Amino acid sequence: MSSALLAVGDPLFAEGVDLTVVLIVILKTLVTFAVLMVAVLFMVWYERKLVSDMQNRIGPNRAGPFGILQSLADGIKLFFKEDLLPERADKRVFRLAPYLSAVPAFLSFAIVPIGGTVTIAGHETNLQLADPPVGILFLLAMSGIAVYGVMLAGWSSGSKYPLLGSVRASAQMVSYEAALGLSIATVVLIAGSLSTQAIVADQAGAGPFGVLPAWNILRLGVVPFVIFVIAATAELNRPPFDLVEAEQELVGGFHTEYSSIRFALFFLAEFMNTVTMSAVIVTLFLGGPSGPDFGVLPSWLWPILWFTAKVLLFLSMYVWFRATLPRLRYDQLMDLGWKLLIPLALFWLLVIAAVRLDSGYALLAIPAGGLIWLLLSRSMAVSRARTTEKVH
Amino acid sequence: MGLLDGFAVTLRQIGKVVTTQYPEHKRPKPERFHGRHVLNRYEDGMEKCIGCELCAGVCPAQCIHVRGADNPPDAPVSPGERYGFVYEINYLRCIHCDLCVEACPTEAITESKLFEFSFTNRNDAIYTRDELLVADDGKPQQLPWEHWAEGDDKNTSGWMRATSPAGDPQYQDRPLWSGELGYGVRVAERGQAADTPAAPAAGDAPPSGDAH
Repeated sequence: MSSALLAVGDPLFAEGVDLTVVLIVILKTLVTFAVLMVAVLFMVWYERKLVSDMQNRIGPNRAGPFGILQSLADGIKLFFKEDLLPERADKRVFRLAPYLSAVPAFLSFAIVPIGGTVTIAGHETNLQLADPPVGILFLLAMSGIAVYGVMLAGWSSGSKYPLLGSVRASAQMVSYEAALGLSIATVVLIAGSLSTQAIVADQAGAGPFGVLPAWNILRLGVVPFVIFVIAATAELNRPPFDLVEAEQELVGGFHTEYSSIRFALFFLAEFMNTVTMSAVIVTLFLGGPSGPDFGVLPSWLWPILWFTAKVLLFLSMYVWFRATLPRLRYDQLMDLGWKLLIPLALFWLLVIAAVRLDSGYALLAIPAGGLIWLLLSRSMAVSRARTTEKVH
Repeated sequence: MGLLDGFAVTLRQIGKVVTTQYPEHKRPKPERFHGRHVLNRYEDGMEKCIGCELCAGVCPAQCIHVRGADNPPDAPVSPGERYGFVYEINYLRCIHCDLCVEACPTEAITESKLFEFSFTNRNDAIYTRDELLVADDGKPQQLPWEHWAEGDDKNTSGWMRATSPAGDPQYQDRPLWSGELGYGVRVAERGQAADTPAAPAAGDAPPSGDAH
C-alpha cells in the first residue's frame, strides 16, 4: 500500500521497492545534499561578489581564482573556532536550536524538482529527492519549524539582544507565512494539486496568446508572484526585512551568542533557505525546469540548465534587494504584511477562484471582494488617523 | 518611480571599482600626508626641540609625553636654553591630527608619510626621542617593524612649506623657516594666494568704502 502511495509521485517506485531502488534513493539524497551545499558555498561567494560590485568594491579575491574558495575557507575556519556556551544559556535548547534551523532548510529543498526524469540502472526516476502528495504544504511545515530554530536560539541564549531578535523573527515569520500561504493557494487552485511535480507539469505547454509559456507568473496575473517574492524575502529574514539580525541595533540578532560550527549552521540554514526559496519560486511560478531544448547537449541536461539559470536569476534578485533597499522599520513591516499583502492575497485568491468557476455569479465576487477590501483599508486608515490624533 | 530608482542606481555601479588591491597596489600619497612623526634637527646637527611641551599640551589624544631639561653648558643639545630631554609618542593613541606640528614653535616635530608600521608589543608602540630623531643624513630612521615605501621620507615638512608661518598672505611662497639637516632651507610650495584675488600690498591703507 505504501509503495502504491509512493508511486503517485515518482515512477521509481512503480514496480515496488527493492534494494536497487533503496540505493537509488540514498544516492539521490547524497547528490541533493551535495548540490545544496555547493549551491550554498556558491551563493555566499556570489552574494559577496555581486554586492561588492554594486558598492564599487572588489569583494573576496584571495582564496582561489576570483576568490571562489572564500566561503570554503570561511567554513573551515569556523570549524576550528572555539565553541562557546554562554553561562546563562539553557544548554540543551541552545545546542538543539541550530539543527532546528538547518535541518528544515535542507528538507524543504527535497520537494523541488530540479530536472526532468533520468534512468539509473534500469529504473526511471524524477530528478527530485521526494515528491510527497502533500507537496508544497511540506514547505510551509518546514518553514514553520524553522521559526522554532530562530525563536529557541534567541530565547535559550540567556541574553537580551538575541531575545529581542528572536521575538522580532518569530512575529515576522508567522505574519508573512499567511501571505506566503495565500499566494501558494492561488497556484494550488489553478494546478489542482499540491504535488510540486504536478504543479510543474501543469505549467507545461503554451500559455496566454499561444506564444508565452504557461507559467503561473503569467496565468495568475503577476500579483501572487510579487506577493510571494515579498513574503518569501521576509520569511528568509533577508534585507530589506532583516530586522531580525539588524546589526546596528541588535548586534547579530538571535545568533549573537553563537560561535564556531553552531553559528555556521545558522549561516548555512540562512543561505540554504535563500537557495530553496528561489527554487520554490521557480517551481511555483516559472515552470520549474521547463524551457526549450536546443539539442547539442543531452536532453536530460537542458531542464537542469534552465532550472539553474532561473534560480540564479532569483539569487541575484535577492542580492540586488540587499544592495538597494534600506531596512524597514518594525511597524512598517507589520503594516505591509497584515494590511497590504494578506488582504491583497485574499482578494486575488477570490479573483482566481471566480475566474476558474467561470459563471456570472462567481464573477460578481470580484467587485464584491474589491469593495470589501476598499472598506477594510478605509477603516484601517480612519482608525489609524484617530489613534494618532489621540497621541498628539 | 522613487522606490525603483534605487535599483537602477545600484545596477549602474557594477563595473566601477574605486578600491585598489592594497598590498600590491598602493595609491600615491598626498603631499601633506599625516604619518609617523620625526623630530628634526638644524643644519648644524642641533636638535630643534626646546622641550616647551606645547605639542603635549595640544595633543587631543594625549599621546605625547615631553620633559624639558636645561642644556648642558659644555655640550648643548639644542641652540636654546632648554632641550627635549624626554620625548615619547604613543602610537597606540596617536590619531595623526597634526596639531602637534602646528603647535610647535621651532618646527621640531613634523610628520613623514609612513603609516605602515605595526608592533608586536606595547613597548614598541611608544616611540622615544632616539627613535623619532632624524638620522645624520636628515632622513627619518627606519625601524625594523616599519615598512618604508619610496617617497615616504620626502617632504616631512610639507605642512610648514604650504602655509605662511607669518600669518600674512604676502609672505606666502617665501621660506620663513629654518634649514633642516641634510636638506638646507626647503623651498616653499606653490602659493595658494595665486588663485585668490590680489591681496592689498603690505603697508597699504585698510580697504575703505564699507568700513565706515
